[in-house]
Order: sequence, then C-alpha cells, then structure tokens
Amino acid sequence: MNPSETVQSGDLSLAVYTWGTPAPGKPNVVLVHGYPDAASVWTRTAEILAERYYVIAYDVRGAGRSDVPDHTKAFELEHLVEDLAQVVEATSPDQPVHLVCHDWGSIQSWEAVTTDRMAGRIASYTSISGPSIDHAAYWIMSRLRSGSTQEMATVARQLSHSWYIGAFQLPLFGPAIWKLGMDKLWPSILSKVEGVQAEASPTQTKDGSIGVNLYRANFVQRLLKPQERRTDLPVQVIVAKRDRFMLPEVLDDLPQWVPNLWQREIDAGHWVQISHPERVAAMASEFIDFVAGGAETTALRRARRRGVRKPMTGKLVVVTGGGAGIGRETLLAFAEQGAAVVAADIDLAAAERSAELARLLDVEAYARQVDVGSTEQVEAFAQWVESELGAPDVVVNNAGIGLSGKMLDTSVADWDKLLRVNLWSVILGSKLFAQQMVDAGKRGHIVNVASAAAFSPNKALPAYSTTKAAVLMLSDCLRGELAEKHIRVVSVCPGFVDTGITTATRFVGVSADEQDKRRAQAKKAYGRRNLKPDAVARAILDAVTNDKPEVLVGAEAHVLRFVSRFLPALSRRMARLDLAK
Amino acid sequence: MPAPALTFTAADLDGFREVQRLAYRCAETIAAEMEPGMTEREVAARMKDFLMSEGADDCFHQPFAWFGDRTAFRGFIGFKHLAGFNPAFYPSNRRLERNMPFILDCAPTRNGHTADIGYCGVVGENRALDRLMDDLMEYRFLIVDLVRQRQSLAEVSQAVDRLCLKHGYEPRHKAYPFEVLAHRVEKLQDDGRPQHLSLARFGVRNVTELLKDRVRGAREGWSPLWNSKAGSDHAPTPGLWAVEPHLGFRGVGAKWEELLVITEDDAFWLDDDVPQVRRWKERGLWPADTARKAA
Repeated sequence: MNPSETVQSGDLSLAVYTWGTPAPGKPNVVLVHGYPDAASVWTRTAEILAERYYVIAYDVRGAGRSDVPDHTKAFELEHLVEDLAQVVEATSPDQPVHLVCHDWGSIQSWEAVTTDRMAGRIASYTSISGPSIDHAAYWIMSRLRSGSTQEMATVARQLSHSWYIGAFQLPLFGPAIWKLGMDKLWPSILSKVEGVQAEASPTQTKDGSIGVNLYRANFVQRLLKPQERRTDLPVQVIVAKRDRFMLPEVLDDLPQWVPNLWQREIDAGHWVQISHPERVAAMASEFIDFVAGGAETTALRRARRRGVRKPMTGKLVVVTGGGAGIGRETLLAFAEQGAAVVAADIDLAAAERSAELARLLDVEAYARQVDVGSTEQVEAFAQWVESELGAPDVVVNNAGIGLSGKMLDTSVADWDKLLRVNLWSVILGSKLFAQQMVDAGKRGHIVNVASAAAFSPNKALPAYSTTKAAVLMLSDCLRGELAEKHIRVVSVCPGFVDTGITTATRFVGVSADEQDKRRAQAKKAYGRRNLKPDAVARAILDAVTNDKPEVLVGAEAHVLRFVSRFLPALSRRMARLDLAK
Repeated sequence: MPAPALTFTAADLDGFREVQRLAYRCAETIAAEMEPGMTEREVAARMKDFLMSEGADDCFHQPFAWFGDRTAFRGFIGFKHLAGFNPAFYPSNRRLERNMPFILDCAPTRNGHTADIGYCGVVGENRALDRLMDDLMEYRFLIVDLVRQRQSLAEVSQAVDRLCLKHGYEPRHKAYPFEVLAHRVEKLQDDGRPQHLSLARFGVRNVTELLKDRVRGAREGWSPLWNSKAGSDHAPTPGLWAVEPHLGFRGVGAKWEELLVITEDDAFWLDDDVPQVRRWKERGLWPADTARKAA
C-alpha cells in the first residue's frame, strides 16, 4: 500500500492514505490504527466506507511509512494529537471529520476529543477497543476505593489482560521480541490466537518494536496522575465481546465523562476491523449518518447509554405470553437488567401493560398482539421483530394454556388447540428466531418453557404433559443442532407455579360447576404452594446469564425428576392418582 | 346474627373527618420539610411533634415513615412472621436520598376520634412512583363500588388482589399484620386527658377497641380485620374502616389510607378532599361523572 500523500507534523512526515474523492456534503472519515499495526489494518473497512464517504487513514508516528522520532518522549499523547490535527488540517480543511479508531488509535483519539487542540474539527468519534487511560485510571481507583472484593477482582482481571503493558515498561523486552522473530510469526499468531487472517506487513518489525514507546511514554504517567477527561461530542463505543486485551467493564463509568454515548457489541476478538470489516463499516456508517443529521436507527436507539450500564443493556429479549404470569415477570426481570423487551400476547392490553411496566425500568419496550396458535401470526411477528428491531438476543417461548381431563374425555378439537398453542408455537418460535440469530451471527439464547409435567405422567393431564414433554425433547435436540453456532437452548421446567393459568385451565369431562370448583381448588392448592412466577423469571435470567442448559424450578420439580429417572415404577404408580381432585 | 348498625352521628363523622384532615395536614407539612439525608426516625418524630402540637391526645399507632425499597417492604421488612408483626416496620435509620420514594403513615386520635392515613411522595422525581400513585385511583373506586354492591368483604379484597395482578403490582398490604386491606376504627371516650398510653408504638385504647370488635365479631360472624381470607367472607359491616391498599413494583411502594363509612345499605369515603384525590384531579385523571356518584 503506497501513501497518497505525506503530511508534515513538526519535523516528522506522516504517510497518509485516502480512498474515494472528497465532495461537498460528503462526510470525511479518518481511521486511526492501533498497536502493533499500521494504516493497512483498515484496508477492507476503508474500501467499504469509501462507497459513501471520503476516507483517510495514516500511519501513526513510528509505524508504517511514517517517520520514526528519535526519543521516547516524542510519543507522548499531545504529539500524537498534534499529528492527527495536522492530517485533518491537510485532508479535510473545510469540514470536521468523523473519527473511527482502534486500540492505540482509540486511546490517543480520546485525548484528541477531550482536549482543546482539535475543538470544532471532530464531528463524531467511534472508538473500538481502546479506552482513555485517564478514564481507566479513575475506573481502577473508584473500584479499589469501593472496598468491594468483587470490584477489586474485576480490576485484577483487567490487569491480567493488560500484562503486556507492564512487560513493555521493561528495558529491551518489547523491541527485542519483535526483532527476534515475533514480526515474522505475527500473522500466524493472529491466525491461531485471534482467528483472523492478516497479510504479513512489510513494516511489522518496526510497527512492533518502535510502537512499544507509545506505552513507555504514556501509561505510567497517566495512570498515576489522571486528569478528568470529558467531551460533549457524540461518541460510539464498539465493544469486541471476546477481546483478550480489554474487559467491557472498563467502560462502566463512561457516561459520567461522556453524556452523548452509544455503546454496541460485536461478537468478535480484538481485531474486529480484520475479522468483521462489514460490521464495523456498517456500525460506523449508521453513527456517522445519524450525527450528520439522519434518523437514529432502532439499533442505535437501543445502544444509547444513559447512566449506569446494566448486564443486559443493548440486548433484545422477546417473550411470548408476555402479558401475564411467568411471561410478564421474565420480561421485567430482563428489563431490570437493562434489556430492550418485546411482549407478545394474545391479549394486547395485557402485553401493553407489561411493556409499560418495563419502560418504568428505563428500557425500550414493545407490545404486539400474537396468537401463538396461528402460524401466520407467529411468522408475521417474527418478521416484524427482524425488520424493526433486528435479530433478538434472547427468545422466551413461554405462551401456553392448561387443559385437564382424561384422555378419553379430551376431544380432537381440544387436542388440536393444545398442540398448536403449547407445542407448535414453540417449534415455530424456536425455528424462526434461531434462523434470525444464525443469519445475524448472534450468540443468542432460545428459552423454552416446559414444565415438571414433562417428566411426570398423570392421568389428569395427558394432553398438557404430552405437549410439555415434546417441548423438552425439541429443546434437547435443538441444543445439539445449534451448539456449533454458539446459540444456547435453555429448557425450563417449573413446578406448581401460582399464575393465571390455574384459573384459565379447561377441565374436560366435567360440568361447568365442577370445572369452577376444580379451578378454585387448583388456585387454592397452588396458592398454598406459593411458588411465584418471579422465581421462574429469576431462574430463566440465571440460566441465560450463566449458560445453563436446563433449569428446574421448585423443590417438587427436582423430586419429580428424581422419581422419573430413578424410581420409574413409582412414577407409573403416581400417574394413576388424579392430580386434579 | 345481625351485624351492628352504624351508630355514628353526623357530628361524630365530622369529628373523624376533622382528625383525618389533621393527619393529612401533618403528612403534607412534614413531607414539604423533608430533605435528602433525613432518617425515617427523624421524620417520624417530626410527625409525632406536629400531631401533639395540634392537640392529638392518643393514636392508633405512632407515625411510621418508610424510605426507598422499604416502601415496597423489600428485605427483612417483608418477612411475615408473628402474623406480620414485624419490628422492621418501625422507623429505621435509613436516610432519604433524592428520587427515593417515601411513605408517611400516621393515625392520630383527638377527642375520641381516630384517623389512619397513608401518604407517599418523593424528593425529586420517580416515574415508577408516579405510575403507582396514578393507578391507585382505580382501587379507590373499585373498593367503594363493590361494597355498595354488598359483596362480601373477602370478595372485595380478592378483587383488589386481582386488580394488582392485572396491573402487575404486588399487593404489599399483605405484609401488614393479618394481611389486612383494612381495619376497623371505633370512637373512644373523650376523657379530656392530654395523653394516653402506647405500647410498642400502638395506642392501647384503640387496640383494645379492635380486640373487643374481634370478640364481638367472632360471636356475630364478622371480623374487624378485612382481608382476602374466609374470616372476611361476610357482608360489609356498618362502621368506619381504615382502608389501605398498598402496591409494590420492584423496589417502589405506594399507598393511600382513608376512612370508609359503611352504612346498612351504602358506603362512601369519609372525605373527598384528601391529597391523593386532589392529585388525581390536578393530573386530569379524575373521571367527570363522579360528582354525581359521590353525591
């Protein structure tokens, strides 16, 4: 890659590369690379961005084809900001630029957006895998001061990811390893450890060994004497979920410094612009267009960060049967963790109420009327979710109805309805949403709500138990299938939970009066058991957070599972008892 | 066995109304003085001083103040041992913070008339609390309507439970002693003494009346403790009832408490000039046709 021009900064000349042509009204985008890279790390991303913008990248001092300063102090942040200012001055004299920066490029650009030198010259900032050192220092201090062992453990974990920063302070060590062969090995290290295919760079030895000075000139100084760094500029932070060098927790306090903040995730390692150039370009464009006066897309709106970041912030959770009982509690449990939620329910008013409650927890919430027994409606709903909100991160197939009565008393119509609502809906919901997750490359969760009845045969619940057993088996098979796509399937088997389903259950083969009596009995018995829907909601949240394949809720669920596995004769005996009496 | 007829005269009801207004004036005055940093104990003590200085000579219970998630009876305060007599109800050293919900609850007696009120608010803003307080209006209409229809008190309480379920709230009054939605209030003798005995923060004379009602009710088939259970499965008993629906949503709780007058064939709220009704009117929530209804 040959530079299109060189820009003078002090006594150094910097190699600048451009894609596309500048035009009035066309945003100018500047890409800043990290360590141990050069501007070439952006090639693919720049080509995509150049379809719509004028794109500029440059080799940071010491790297690529730019000049190498002769002393360590010349790598201090103020000089790096000066370089960026000179490049912007030369390439975009008439309009402020949109910055997209990675790793060290991002660290130094935090300095540029929070200090005065480039005031008015930057329109927006997209930061990938590189926090402000000052912010990080405050983050560490506040956690150490909190006295909480958990917070301190997070700091220790981040420091263990930053081991190389310490190593680079040692004399000789950093430059030596690059000169002793790491430069040649680098592409294969990237491919083995990070899984990204990068071309060998002709300047790799220099990029690696000279760049060590970036760490030496800045880290210790800034960590020990941080200053408050704030900016009102719109900032988009892209978190690489599997970044080996940075924990997302480091960004927890960011809203305190950056009021206009958006935070998004890519399921990738540290070098996202090599592994996912399309995603990086798409996210950058979405943000640039928005800042340039376009609409805030749904995805961006969800990524908006105000106040404390919660574990599920930025996630989208869909719950069927979200208007009541376990569904509503699950919806609220995820909302409380910061997730945007969609309540689907046959009763629109109930779904809207759930959404309204979720909004009280400061999240985006949507309500849709869906009869999960109708294929057309479920398909239309899934379509709506994908086109309006994007593929969900968690889908909870929860909607279900109760039916009690002997097999010989259960009509074909009753069977048909129960199979549609309790089983077919789960089949469809799992299939459609899993496909969306696969298409979007999301490592999501499909949660299917079965029941302890799935493994507890009883003559009073033949139809209901059959549908739930099928849901359990379906989930087990699907889990196997989706494992390689990293999509997790969770099956949930609650015991006797006190929800509206007890008073809505149909009892076939009995008179209306008898049905009312049995409903009242069931309500009373379940009320006495006092297992609340929020216990199931907490179990689901825990299963999703901690990647558990199956959760049983309530002591009775564990006992029944034990009996079905180890005491099958007893299980068959119990099937003869009439549970509904 | 016939239930008791309403024995209160119009003058008696005026006396109860006056003391209910005093109690609400106390809550509003102290709430206006509240600032972040104050503890529940400080606020409860201020309420007590206010009531004493306004001539209260006894109480059903001494003032309570709950801040933050204690308004929703989260944590230790939510344990239901000893039928709900939980020392964690008593004012604690919890400090008020901005945007934190609070509930003030006081029950003064003056010249033999007792009121029991609940009042909630926030220094700053709290959207969940606003929503709960808005929704509390529906409960006020529901309760009096069902009593007018002469539904059993247990059925009324169960209807309140169902409305909570529909709204997505927890009925937190279930954490009160005996899970009561309401309790009876009787007139005491006006003996002219400036102060009367309290034990464990409850006024001995008022609690004695409640116990007497309990004994009498057991004989006549009614209970002075109104909840969703079988003991309240009787026609509305004429008399005065302090009704206190208390809703909880996650860490936020809200309630009001007012005296309901039940006669042999009707029921009405003792006073419509209370802070929560004024608030609903200000927010345009109050339905237009209730003037006729209330009359």
